[in-house]
Amino acid sequence: MPGILVIAQTSEGAIAPISYELLGAARQLSSQGAGSVTALIAGTEAQAKDLIAHGADAAIAASNAALQAGTVDAYLPAVEAAIQQSGADIVLLGQTSLGRDLGPALAFKLKTAVGMDCVELKIAGGRLRATRGCYGGNARAEITWKSAIQVATVKPKTFDGLAADASRSGAVTTIDSAGDARVKVLGVSKAESSGIKLEDAEVVVSGGRGLGDEGAFKMLEQLAGTFKGAAVGASRAACDLGWYPPSQQVGLTGKTVSPNLYIAIAISGASQHMAGMSGSKAIVAINKDADANMVKAAKFAIIEDYKKIVPALIEEIKKLG
Amino acid sequence: MRSACRRPGNRVNIIVCVKQIPDPETPAASFKVDEAAKKVLPAQGIAPVVNPFDPQATEAALRLKEADGGGKVTVISLGPDSARDAIKHALAMGADEGVLLNDPGFEGIDNFQTAAILAKAIQKLGGADLILMGRSAADWDMGVVPAGVGQILGVPVVTVAKAIEKNGNNLKVERVVDDGFQSVEVALPAIVSVSNEFGEPRYPQLRQIMLAAKKTVQVWSAADAGVGADELGAGNRWLPLEALYVPKIESNVEIIEGETPDEKAHNLALKLRAAKLV
Repeated sequence: MPGILVIAQTSEGAIAPISYELLGAARQLSSQGAGSVTALIAGTEAQAKDLIAHGADAAIAASNAALQAGTVDAYLPAVEAAIQQSGADIVLLGQTSLGRDLGPALAFKLKTAVGMDCVELKIAGGRLRATRGCYGGNARAEITWKSAIQVATVKPKTFDGLAADASRSGAVTTIDSAGDARVKVLGVSKAESSGIKLEDAEVVVSGGRGLGDEGAFKMLEQLAGTFKGAAVGASRAACDLGWYPPSQQVGLTGKTVSPNLYIAIAISGASQHMAGMSGSKAIVAINKDADANMVKAAKFAIIEDYKKIVPALIEEIKKLG
Repeated sequence: MRSACRRPGNRVNIIVCVKQIPDPETPAASFKVDEAAKKVLPAQGIAPVVNPFDPQATEAALRLKEADGGGKVTVISLGPDSARDAIKHALAMGADEGVLLNDPGFEGIDNFQTAAILAKAIQKLGGADLILMGRSAADWDMGVVPAGVGQILGVPVVTVAKAIEKNGNNLKVERVVDDGFQSVEVALPAIVSVSNEFGEPRYPQLRQIMLAAKKTVQVWSAADAGVGADELGAGNRWLPLEALYVPKIESNVEIIEGETPDEKAHNLALKLRAAKLV
């Protein structure tokens, strides 16, 4: 009997949103014939019950405190026990710090593969088929698995979680397995935030090499200042030129942002940059080149020299109040 | 691994794995895929580059070697002939020697086969105290090779490092995690993947580049590394690639028009307000 095992997770003691998103994805697969959905959580039985309300058919609370540190070594025996118990042949994790480590370790332990950061999942011919972005989002790959057990991590905010339904019922069990961690966690610290963190900003105003000079970032900062909760970002090219601090770089080798509004000024849109901001809800491009990739990806674009647009836009946004 | 029982006081022995990839700064318009062959076509006139996270791994190795007052840094790359440039880059930064894993059977393999082959090459080199890699390769962006080599060699893995400190036989690593940073400790031998937060890698100086030309780069075939035919080629992928394509960007862009730049800015502001983005 096939089935799906969802590795749910908590954040500061509460069930993390990715857990519900994974259950949403698992229910879709289940409706395509992938079997029942079991959720595993390093947490309490109450949390296991909550996962059933959100779409699991059964839930397992991994009660061993050693799992709380989130190390692969501690987790693996619990996950293997859950696979045994549930009979699952599909294992879904989030593309989070936990899933990024646990997915590959589990796959190699079970001598199978893991598809990382998947954005689409479906059942084809009784087997999992996944789609994932690669080459900085320039290409998409569709993958299948050679071995029986199919492990995939899922990109956060890709699938919708289901609303809680308290009338759903299912078996809640407990697993106490845990492995000895070879990696000892000494401590954790929150990212320091001076002003609005780029990753948390609702509006990001970013500039690229096309700005032409360092001083232009002052203008971008003024534009950002007209929005509530806005931060200024830069492309790698602009940071490499020393125009803006590397901490503000958006892209593959910088920060990943997904604001409501991303204003890309004089940025062409190479995959290096797109990889860090393609999850933005709405993109505005201000660029001289109508054929720029960023213009194509945008909701709104102005084809013009930014020097003529940005000062006027600052005044216009101020007028809106 | 042999080094697990190395005598205390020995100089640190580090292996760095690097990869050559298509330049992530390639304009999207130059990025092409052969869908039938399920391969990315090299962009005209744009040379491949060292994976952007890998120079940080080399930098980490060099700093640890310097802090230890000596040691050895060996660079491995699996790839085509041109991947020799990725090794040369690390040698010019200051690494001591290189091994290029080069075989027609490596064409089209996946990250899982790669991990298995790298593990064999590392074993053939006699293991190491520390194996460093970039946090992921920016082409396939899977980030699974560190875990794979760790699982195969039975060595603990620490990922996404922003700082590494060696105290005797222990490593203290500062990691980048979802909401901030995590500090961990691990005994050697270990594998650590390094992130861009590690800081700027050194830029090869002319003298180093000239010295690098004299450093040895061995070339190993699959057979040299002890890799069997049943582990080679796209046909033996663990994660078969069913399709590879450039997603159609459904460009729904609305070009904001206007007689003057001021009018364009005005019209954009109105659009943003209408879309409740302001």
